[in-house]
Amino acid sequence: MSSWIIDRRALLGAVGQLGGVALAGQATPGWAKTLSQGGAALPSSEVLSGEAITLRIGKGHVTIGGKPAKAITINGTVPGPMLRLKEGQMLRLTVINELDEPSSLHWHGLVLPFQMDGVPGVSFPGIPPRSSFTYEFPIVQHGTYWYHSHSGLQEMMGCYAPIVIEPAEALPAPLPSMREHVVLLSDHSFVNPARIARNLKVEADYYNRQPQTLSGLMAGHELSMDQRLMWAKMRMSPTDIADVTASVMHYLANGHGPDENWTGLFTPGETVRLRFINAASMTFFNVRIPGLAMQVVAADGQDVQPVTVEEFQFGAGETYDVIVTPQNRAYTIAAETMDRSGMARATLAPAAGMAAPVPPRRARPLLTMKDMGMDMSGGAMKGMSMKMRDGSLAPQVKMGPGVDMISAMPEDRMGDPGIGMGDVGHKVLTYRDLVALHPNPDLRAPEREIEVHLTGAMERYMWSMDGKTMSQAHEPIPMRKGERVRFTLVNDTMMAHPIHLHGHIFELVTGHGDHSPRKHTVTVQPGGKASFDVTAEPGDWAFHCHLFLHMAMGMMRVVQVRPA
Amino acid sequence: MTHRCAVALAALAALALALPAMSHAQDTMPGMDMGGHQHHHAPAPPAQQAADQPAAPAAPATEGASDEPKGTDQSPGSAEPPPVAHDLAGSRYWDPQAMAQAHHAMMTERPAPLYGAVKMDIAEYQFGKNGDSWRWEGEGWLGDTNRLWVRSRGEGPVGGRLEDAEVEAAYSRAISPWWNLQAGVRQDLGTGPVRTHAMLALEGLAPYRFEMLAAAYLSDKGQWTGRIEASVDERVTRRIVLQPRVEFNLSAQDMPQQRLGAGLTTAELGFRLRYEFSRKFAPYLGVSWTWAGGRTADYRRADGESPLARVFVLGIKSWF
Repeated sequence: MSSWIIDRRALLGAVGQLGGVALAGQATPGWAKTLSQGGAALPSSEVLSGEAITLRIGKGHVTIGGKPAKAITINGTVPGPMLRLKEGQMLRLTVINELDEPSSLHWHGLVLPFQMDGVPGVSFPGIPPRSSFTYEFPIVQHGTYWYHSHSGLQEMMGCYAPIVIEPAEALPAPLPSMREHVVLLSDHSFVNPARIARNLKVEADYYNRQPQTLSGLMAGHELSMDQRLMWAKMRMSPTDIADVTASVMHYLANGHGPDENWTGLFTPGETVRLRFINAASMTFFNVRIPGLAMQVVAADGQDVQPVTVEEFQFGAGETYDVIVTPQNRAYTIAAETMDRSGMARATLAPAAGMAAPVPPRRARPLLTMKDMGMDMSGGAMKGMSMKMRDGSLAPQVKMGPGVDMISAMPEDRMGDPGIGMGDVGHKVLTYRDLVALHPNPDLRAPEREIEVHLTGAMERYMWSMDGKTMSQAHEPIPMRKGERVRFTLVNDTMMAHPIHLHGHIFELVTGHGDHSPRKHTVTVQPGGKASFDVTAEPGDWAFHCHLFLHMAMGMMRVVQVRPA
Repeated sequence: MTHRCAVALAALAALALALPAMSHAQDTMPGMDMGGHQHHHAPAPPAQQAADQPAAPAAPATEGASDEPKGTDQSPGSAEPPPVAHDLAGSRYWDPQAMAQAHHAMMTERPAPLYGAVKMDIAEYQFGKNGDSWRWEGEGWLGDTNRLWVRSRGEGPVGGRLEDAEVEAAYSRAISPWWNLQAGVRQDLGTGPVRTHAMLALEGLAPYRFEMLAAAYLSDKGQWTGRIEASVDERVTRRIVLQPRVEFNLSAQDMPQQRLGAGLTTAELGFRLRYEFSRKFAPYLGVSWTWAGGRTADYRRADGESPLARVFVLGIKSWF
């Protein structure tokens, strides 16, 4: 306890030295303080660089709407300090766990020796309470990444921060930027994550406050009686888009709630690079900047050919870098949640104190038959029958109480802009729009295909892969070192899942041949499927849904890569 | 007793299985059209971006091979997967014992080892023509997929003695995403004959989102009874929910002491309209009718009671 007090004092001192925003109890690192000049102007004490870095995981608070919420902090703040690194450097990270429980830090999206990846029980034993661990690995890539705890539900409590890695040599960029800001989006609750999990276990739609209603039916809104009966018959809900919503979560931009309005400054006419990171535990965001087109130049840290969009949807664990050229006015960065129940908000402005109108949240979307792996676009219903739960379509799936659906006709949905994004009236990014800037490093054909089914039972709040949770002691997915393999993920649930493979950058199979977009996290649309090709790196690696409660409930496997 | 129990449970299983059969039938979705729609397998348009990206450095490709599929456009082969290794790669770098412990913790880790809840579906005051009464019906469970399940219900006149009350405890096994098979014991309390029963029930969510319970009981006097309950939540607005509810009680034999006849003993229809301050706290008002059937109605008449009773109710639905 006494050491915690000392640390707290040291922290307050450190914040005080920065000047400006030294509010007691307001724990935000300099890179994320309410007003940011951007990358170049950041005080070095809160953007950590160099070859030796020390991080402390401890208990603290994050202030949301003026109220302190319990948090697990890194160096006393939520988000933690930004790591600003350089491709080609060595990194020696000492992580001190000041908690009374085991902890860990995982370097999300970094390619490194597996034993430094930071997943307890997979890559290392974890960091015991009140002890430290030193990670040491070379930085072999550049781009926007992040890091977070991989222990328990600590990430959900605020234990995350950005990583920005500069290229080894200044590469000629198709769109150079004159300034940059990190926009790290996250969710945080005043309710303990274990309690959220328990409420969902008792009533899976506990946080869904946007159901279909009879009054809506009378008013002629949304679905007809026939459609409602069809959904009811299936014991499913077309409004089941997010299981954790704004009724319990607050949405943050760089650790700030919508009212605190984090503001990134620019000089009119400048090109600004925004590094968007979805560090949320349970949230997909729809990101747009009304009045400003975004040119996506990197996905998950990997350079892509610039593509202009008005909006993009991204899942937990994904990152996008965009270039914008703002004029002499303020702009709102609106990050609406996928179920449209809440919004994270930030501002881009030429001067402090400016704000632009915040767009109202749009009407909540509804799931369709496509989201059940049953595309109805072929024509009118012809009285054919289709099974919702035909195990013979997925022989590897262990059918049981934990599997309520098998997608009958899973479609490749890589060209889909995401739930509710099909009719917003402007260009929304899809995976098919992404084309790698450089040729892919491994152009071999995959030697084989691994199909993994994402499975679950909504009513019981059970999540799994191939019908098995981790605690059902299933075996790892074996691969040979250097082997080229195609993964095809089939989503047998009605929720979108952002699936993350540790330690690898893979190529999405989207018809772009040797310029396939490279990612470390891929969202699989409900009832759909997604494929990627990957070259196996040696070691044991975690492979899981990045919605933390889904992972914790069992939607995870270990990928085991051994010498051929 | 044990022999009778076994026979009883086997027979009850037949009754209980009527429901899952129904649920399986409903797994099939009539009216879903799949005709005229081809399976999309090909990974969408071929590399058309070659023309779109003059700036990108060309991939090393041999002359004339430009039509060949490249990179991820190629189809996967059919190589065999390697065998699964039963060791931990991390043990080569870290203390094998610590690694094994952490691995075990990771494999078994869950947000909570056990979940549990206590739900009061009915906790109400009843206004009736022949006097007011109160009633409760609730359940509790502990576990995850398979659970220890406890149910209790009872009613009695206001100011009087507890009339009918039951407590039952069961092992509840998940047999499908929606259904639980429950086996256990029920103890009667209250003013009537106090019996102990073996219980077998099917509990869960039927198509059209009906909450269902079908239970069969065999008492320590060898008497067979059964109960079927169904309710459904209709959301009028985001917070106002109308819950129609039906219940049928059955008996295989006349039970004069309990004043119940063979066949349908009672049927109940109720409507409860609740306002959800939260999912965990929802006051309601409603109306409920109970009909006595066959010989049971005769007993009621002989006792000077009406076979049909209507009550208005005021109560709270809650869970914690």
